[in-house]
Amino acid sequence: MSTHSEPGRSQGLAIDVRGLTKRFGRKTAVNGIDIQVPDGEVWGFLGPNGSGKTTTIRMLCGLLKADEGTGTCLGFDLRTEAEKIKRAVGYMTQKFSFWEDLSIRENLEFVARMYEIADARARVGDTIRRLGLERRQSQLAGELSGGWKQRLALAACMLHSPRLLLLDEPTAGVDPKTRRDFWDEIHRLSGEGLTVLVSTHYMDEAERCDRIVYISLGNIVARGTVAEVIEQSKLFTFIVEGDGARHLAETLRQSHGVEFVSFFGAALHVSGRDRDALERALAPYRGQQGLAIAEAVPSLEDVFIQLQEESAPQERPAPKERAPQ
Amino acid sequence: MSDGFSFARIGAVLRKELVQMRRDRLTLAMIVGVPMMQIFLFGFAINVNPKHLPTAVSISDPGIYADSVVAALQNSSYFEIEKATNSPQEARAMLDEGDVSFVVEIPANFSRDLVRGAHPQLLIESDATDPAAASNATAALAQLFGDALRDDLKGPLAARAQTAPAFDVVIHPLYNPEAITQYNVVPGLLAVILTMSMVLMTCLALTRERERGTYENLLAMPVKPLELMIGKIAPNIFVGAIQSVLVLLVAKFVFGVPMIGSLLLLSGCLLLFITANLAVGYTFSTVAQNQLQAMQMTMFFLLPAILLSGFAFPFRGMPVWAQWLGEVLPATHFLRVVRGILLKGNGWTQIWPDVWPLILFLFIAGTLALMRFRRTLD
Repeated sequence: MSTHSEPGRSQGLAIDVRGLTKRFGRKTAVNGIDIQVPDGEVWGFLGPNGSGKTTTIRMLCGLLKADEGTGTCLGFDLRTEAEKIKRAVGYMTQKFSFWEDLSIRENLEFVARMYEIADARARVGDTIRRLGLERRQSQLAGELSGGWKQRLALAACMLHSPRLLLLDEPTAGVDPKTRRDFWDEIHRLSGEGLTVLVSTHYMDEAERCDRIVYISLGNIVARGTVAEVIEQSKLFTFIVEGDGARHLAETLRQSHGVEFVSFFGAALHVSGRDRDALERALAPYRGQQGLAIAEAVPSLEDVFIQLQEESAPQERPAPKERAPQ
Repeated sequence: MSDGFSFARIGAVLRKELVQMRRDRLTLAMIVGVPMMQIFLFGFAINVNPKHLPTAVSISDPGIYADSVVAALQNSSYFEIEKATNSPQEARAMLDEGDVSFVVEIPANFSRDLVRGAHPQLLIESDATDPAAASNATAALAQLFGDALRDDLKGPLAARAQTAPAFDVVIHPLYNPEAITQYNVVPGLLAVILTMSMVLMTCLALTRERERGTYENLLAMPVKPLELMIGKIAPNIFVGAIQSVLVLLVAKFVFGVPMIGSLLLLSGCLLLFITANLAVGYTFSTVAQNQLQAMQMTMFFLLPAILLSGFAFPFRGMPVWAQWLGEVLPATHFLRVVRGILLKGNGWTQIWPDVWPLILFLFIAGTLALMRFRRTLD
């Protein structure tokens, strides 16, 4: 149990959980994770599919009971005050979960009444105006495009003015412009004091977060700012560019010291934690006609691929590479 | 390989269907379990020739022949004497409340008149709301007494046994004197129709949310299980009310079913019965993983409501265990209530024994639904 400096608040942390664990049968989906998100920050929650992101978010908003672990969400105890958490948290599900056979307005009014919002009609009217949906308010939610569904969902889970927003892959399958608008909105809300935890697979979105947490097989394997996470990875990346770079991929993958090779357009990112070994692996190709080899700061994506390979090698049977160690 | 009809594709679809069917374990269990349970349940329970029908005897004559009549009834397999009283009113009240199917009234001076050869009358009142249930027993009556008194009428009275009946058996089929089957079936249909449509209406209530993915959203909101249940059930009460009015109008104007009792009282009981069935459907929807399972559960509930409630077959013809099962079903009690009010003109006191089980059922079904309802996705 964390100590409370003042009632309802634990040292300015919107989320403060320790040892959160969830098992489904014999499978441990989330394995004793700690997360402390300060008020007003935007945190990115990353990790491969099935790593436990959704399960963690569901535990945070009271949709799943944690098997182990304690903590608070907005100062409310995760175990005993789930109903209070539900009132103060906005949760956007991964899959669109509003009523497709209700209109935009009907959906919003339903949500407003569920949260007993005073003057629900007026509030819903404001939201619809802000979304620019006045002319489409009687359209059925099921007829909306992916981007509009996402906006509707965000507006609906902001309706009761939550202090913490939990977003589960909110931008999956949404076009870049809509995604950018969405993130602008997130930062605007965060500027007003809202705390946000958002799970995503997009690197550019991760880079928009104050801090990121990377989870794999239910364990947190990296956390910090983007720069810190790259730094912690101790990863070195060389970019191989030019004629025939693509054809080197297979050979390089087999080389000692190369942990993984990935394509970035016509270029190859060749990464590993042993800089000297990497240099040796690349040496034969240096000076080759039309081929440029240069060291670069590893991208977040390189780091994530490394984290994924490292923590869950058996999950990825595809490339014929040995797990490092 | 060709644009023609492909058996390989049929095979592919068939194989996919079989694999999917095998994955749905609960449905698979229901496919085998439900028919087996039904065939054993109904195979053993249904009996169209009910025996051991509860009978009250009102004896106003202390003579020996009265005892012979009672003994004869007791020895027959059709009648089971539940009560011997000297008050005809009490016996009649039992018939009104449905505690007994027959009242045998032995009038004062029965023995004396018999000895004198005055052909006394033995009055038998039967509950004819269900004409089929009483018919075999009624048919057995005449034969029964002829045989019974043969032993008693000896010596100087032997002649009484020879000359046709020594006494007259007068049968009064009450409540439905013309034995019109519709009078019994049509009110019963009200119970069956409501059971079917009400359970169907709510059995999908949560299952649909679950299948469409909106359930998670609903759970994330601060709605209490009881609020959700009432909100989901209430609109269907109107649906039930409309159906009830339709059925009753058809009963009255097409089938001419008599409506002796209070329609207000009937409305109250209808409301209770409708809500009880909606609660059952809602309970199913907290359990069912998909719509198919919800439908199967509905069928599983509907069949006993038709077969064990006394709608399709005489309730008293069933073995005791089946009667107990029947007593659990709201349809059984509502059937008695609706027949009692419409055909017998029963009032509040007479139907109460079948009203409290409905209240209890509603309470238990509702509690079960709330207990089954998970506030989390666990």
